[in-house]
Formats: sequence, structure tokens, C-alpha cells
Amino acid sequence: MELIKPDLGLLIWMIVSFSVVVFILIKYAWKPILKALKDREHTIERRLLAAKKAKEELARIEFGNEKITALAKIERDNLIKEAKEIKTKIIEEARNEAKVEARKIIEETRKSVQKEKEEAINEIKNQISELSVIIAQKILKQELGNKETQKKLISKLIEEIDLN
Amino acid sequence: MNKSYLYSICFLFLFIFISFPIFGNEKVEEKNIAEQNEHPKETFNVGAFIFDHIADHYSWHLFTYKHKHVAIPLPVILYSKNKGWNIFLSSKLNHEHIYNGFTIDIDGKYKGKIIEVNSEGAFIERPFDISLTKNVASILISCIILVLVFVSVANTYKRRVDMPPKGLQSLLEIIIIFVRDDISKSSIGEKNSHKYTPYLLTIFFFILLNNLMGLIPIFPGGANITGNITVTLTLALFTFIITTFSGNKNYWKHIFNAPGIPWWLKAPLPLIPLIELVSIFIKPFVLMVRLFANISAGHIIGLGFFSLIFIFGNMNTFAGYAVSPLSVMFTIFMSVLELLVAFIQAYVFTFLSALYFSMAIEEHH
Repeated sequence: MELIKPDLGLLIWMIVSFSVVVFILIKYAWKPILKALKDREHTIERRLLAAKKAKEELARIEFGNEKITALAKIERDNLIKEAKEIKTKIIEEARNEAKVEARKIIEETRKSVQKEKEEAINEIKNQISELSVIIAQKILKQELGNKETQKKLISKLIEEIDLN
Repeated sequence: MNKSYLYSICFLFLFIFISFPIFGNEKVEEKNIAEQNEHPKETFNVGAFIFDHIADHYSWHLFTYKHKHVAIPLPVILYSKNKGWNIFLSSKLNHEHIYNGFTIDIDGKYKGKIIEVNSEGAFIERPFDISLTKNVASILISCIILVLVFVSVANTYKRRVDMPPKGLQSLLEIIIIFVRDDISKSSIGEKNSHKYTPYLLTIFFFILLNNLMGLIPIFPGGANITGNITVTLTLALFTFIITTFSGNKNYWKHIFNAPGIPWWLKAPLPLIPLIELVSIFIKPFVLMVRLFANISAGHIIGLGFFSLIFIFGNMNTFAGYAVSPLSVMFTIFMSVLELLVAFIQAYVFTFLSALYFSMAIEEHH
């Protein structure tokens, strides 16, 4: 049958043209195309990996930043707290000192007042004694000028002694 | 979306199963009609019509206008013992003319081929014939298309380094990657596939392009290339040669001294080695027949449906008109199916070639 009988002329043409096509396509088409595809796939793979790495790096940096911020916050809080403490302490100290000082001043004042009072009292006493001597001198001069009265006094004094 | 696709495939298969018996019946009827109408004006012979369409020709018939055939003449190249080399255009042989002692055999042993005749018109010999026939011209056209397309795509790849694919490149890239990964790498393996991928790509696109061009009924297409036994023979021959030459020690050992087979099957009568040896040749033979039969059958069925118009038209003009819409619909369905077959057969041929290569280079485990 015609349909399934190979034809020699066609066979020769087919072998020649197909060989040429195979050769040309392999050399000028498939090799560059397959190479380009492979290169592109490698590039994409490499870039994906790089992107992943960069993302991780970024995450790490961000985490670091957060940590630093948190630390700074804690530091700040600490500082504020410390400052407050120092402040209260200073105020307390100042107050205490002031109190002590005030007490001291008061004490001293009181002491000096006491002293002055005592001195004044002493003075007054001295003056009183002097005055009383003067007054007694005057009284005695007056009383003892008359004999009668002298006798009376003496007797009286004796009487008083008896009573004692 | 997926479901509707599935439905359409199911419908197509259903359609084929139903269509075969119908076609067969018509053929039988047609034969009866042809016998009855042997004498009257013009009889329509379906068999001759179909085989004429899928056979090779010396000229490229374009169309017939008012009983005049319009065809592209192609060069005829002959070598005969008496006249040496002869090169002339096929138009010289039109209308059963004898040119320089050569004519096309009408009804002899070499029907449809050029033969050398003497002055009385008696047969002398069949010359060595390497004419640029319709099939050869079509092969050359498809080869040129392949080279132009893929070299230009390769240049696009070189030019657009590090850029996404564009235009034709992106369309073909999908298929190229499919052949590389799903045919070559999956059957041959990561390590050795790069040696065979270029060849596999070539046969895939060669078969696909010619399958598709065979579906186009007008000029650049229309030739039945992949449904021609000589063409599929050549393709299978290439696969056979590559398989045989890449066969390693393990491959040949499996053929001549298959391990795990009882000795009495190998000697004194080498039963298993003989079967294995035959299988080497059966594999490419099957490749050849499968592609040829699938594509030819598609063309025959498509033309058969189309012939229905003329069969019924011969019986009755109105019957011809009535049946033509149905026939056109059938032919369209057949063409759509053939479109699917074009891809499937290109895939199957390439995949089996890859499988044979992988058998030839398989390492012993």
C-alpha cells in the first residue's frame, strides 16, 4: 500500500534537512536559550536568598533598636528615680540640718537669755542688798537715835530668841 | 472552569466513539453507490479523494477554479541510467504529459510516481527520484520557520538578560520549560538530562509545528508531514541512533545477559537475548507507527466527514445541502480534536524518546 511505503527521495530530504535543523537549533537556539533560562533561574534564586537574608538582617536590626530603646527607657526611668531620690534626700537633709541649726540657735538663745536673766537677777540682788543695807542703815540710824526704842528692840529680840 | 473543560473532553471522546460507526456505515453505503454509478457522469470516490489528499505530490495544489487546477510547480530532480540527471519543473508533467521521457504513472506499480517511458509510452524504469515534492517543500518551510523563530527567540534571550520574558519568548518559554523539566528531567534525571534536552526540544517543536501545519488547509500548511511514514521513520531513526549510541555497559548487559533470568533461557537457545534484541528495534518502530497512524487517522476522519457532503450530493443535490451543516460541524469538531492530538502526539513522541534514552544510560543499582 502506498501509504505505508517509505519513499527514498523523501527519506533523503528528510534526513538531510532534519539533521541540519537539529544542528542549527542546538547550536544557535537551544544552547543559548537553556543557558539563559538556567542563568535567570540562578539569578532569581540568588536574589530570593539575598532578600530573605536582608529581611532577617533588618529584623535583627529592628530588634536591636527595640532593645536599645527599651534599655534607654529603663535607664531614663532609673535616672529619674535616682534624681527624685537625691532630691528628696537633699531636701530632707536640708530640713534636718535646718532643724538642728534652729534648735541650736534656740538653745543658744535660751542659754544666753538664761545667763542674762541670771546676771540681771544677780545684779538686781546685788542692788537689792546694797539698797537694803542703805535702807537698814537709814532705819537703824533713825531707830537707834532714841534710847527707849533701843531698849524695846533689844527686849523684843531677846523675847524672840526665847521663843526660838 | 476546570469542570467545563472536563465536560468538553468527555464530550469529544463520546463524539469519537459515536462517530466511528457512522463513518464506517457511510463508507459501505458509498461503495455501493460508487458501484451503481459507475457509468454516469462524475462519480465521487471517497477512498481515492482522501488518499489523494494525504499523499505526496510533485506540485502543490492550491485550489480548483472552473475545472482548472491552480498549483505551485515544484522542481523535479531525477537520475536515470539512460538520461543522467534531470531537473525540471513539475508543471511540465501536468495533464499526463510526457516530458523528456518522464511521466507520472497513472495506474501501474508506481502509481503517482514519476517513471521513465520510451517513445511508445511503455515503462522502462523508475528513476532515482529526489524531487522537491510537496512534502519536502513543506518540511523545508517548517524547518525555516523553526530556525527563524528559535534563533530569534535565542537572540531575545541574549538581548534581554535579567529581564522578564516578552512576547513570543514568554509563550515559547512555557513549552521549553515544560519539555526541559517535565519530559527531559523527570525521565532522564537531573544529572544527564542536559545532554538530551536540546534534541528533545527539537523533535517536540518539529512534530508540533508540522502537526499544526497539517491542520491548516491552505498553502503553507496542508501537507501531511507527520502523517507520512517516511518522516516518522526518520524521526524514529534519530531517536534509535541516539539511544543505541548512548547505551552504556549496563544497557547492553541487560540485553545480552539479563541478570535474574534462569540460564536455560539464555543458553543454548538465546531466547531472552533474542527478544531483547528485537525490542531494541520495536521501540523506534512503535514510535514511527504511533505518530504516523494518529495523524493520518485524524486527517482521514476529518476528510471523511467532509466527504459526506459530496456523497449525499451525488445521491441528491438537496441531500448534499442538507447534510453540509452537519458535516461542517463534524469537521470542526474533528479539527479541534486534532488540535489536541497535535500536542499530545508531540508530547508522547518526545516523552517516549526521553524514556528510551533514560533506559540506555541507566546505571546499575
